[in-house]
Amino acid sequence: MPDALDLKLLARISAGLPLCPRPYAQIGMEIGLNETEVIRRLTALKADGLIKRLGVIVKHRPLGYRANAMIVWNVPDGLIKPLGKHISRFSFVTLCYQRPKHPEWPYNLYCMIHGKDRATVLAQLAQLDNACGLAHFERQILFSRRCFKQRGANYQTQHTKATANG
Amino acid sequence: MDDIDRNIINTLQAGFPICDAPYFQVAESLNISETELLARLKALLAKGFLTRFGPLYNAEQMGGALTLAAIKVPAERFEEVTDIINAFPEVAHNYARSHELNMWFVLATETPAQQQQTISAIEGQTGLAVYNMPKLKEYFVNLKLEA
Repeated sequence: MPDALDLKLLARISAGLPLCPRPYAQIGMEIGLNETEVIRRLTALKADGLIKRLGVIVKHRPLGYRANAMIVWNVPDGLIKPLGKHISRFSFVTLCYQRPKHPEWPYNLYCMIHGKDRATVLAQLAQLDNACGLAHFERQILFSRRCFKQRGANYQTQHTKATANG
Repeated sequence: MDDIDRNIINTLQAGFPICDAPYFQVAESLNISETELLARLKALLAKGFLTRFGPLYNAEQMGGALTLAAIKVPAERFEEVTDIINAFPEVAHNYARSHELNMWFVLATETPAQQQQTISAIEGQTGLAVYNMPKLKEYFVNLKLEA
């Protein structure tokens, strides 16, 4: 688990990396660590997997990704794993999860395709159907109609604030 | 946005170096100057192409909990319910989708217990049932979108 200084560091970088030539020195100055220590701690947090990735997070729509489809299937339990793995091999698939079924919502395999238009996304889905043998399973395609909120999730950890996503 | 901007976005979606002069290192790989990279990043953030520039955390490993939830919102209550949901700081994403289950949102809480509390609070304030669909298994996550 991260210690108090790690949490302070995570909270600071959640606000965004400084746009200056020595960003880690700048962060260190703000929270009372030297640059070497900031780099050492961030490297460790990344190696431990607490930081999945450092970099930019794009907004889908301004980049032209207007067709964002969530496709859900009802597949037999024993097929979830091989199908999940097979689906994940396609470069246009951005997410693939198993989620629990509900009585009125009997779907257990979820995947997302972010595309520039619906026709492209539907053609990609047809490709998945053919390659993975998905066509005969009950499914729903839910295109997003509006995005009300897209940000990293804030949650409080003691006195700090961190950002999560996923 | 030009080809250099696209290159910057695609490169920085893959990762950002942890070293003393990371912008210099990235700029060199893109054949531009450090000054130009910093100026372009500032502009891309200001113009809203990027939501942020920083870390993606593993929420579960931080002790937190994430889930996907959905509700069936009657058409005439859509705006009202959107306002209620978005007002929760635990709601990270919220999308209207084309289905009877028409509002889909991601909840991020500090603990699993708070996830249930937040769902109960949303049900209480909206009077609508929340379908909770936490991930059971992750097969793939690659939210890199080519600019």
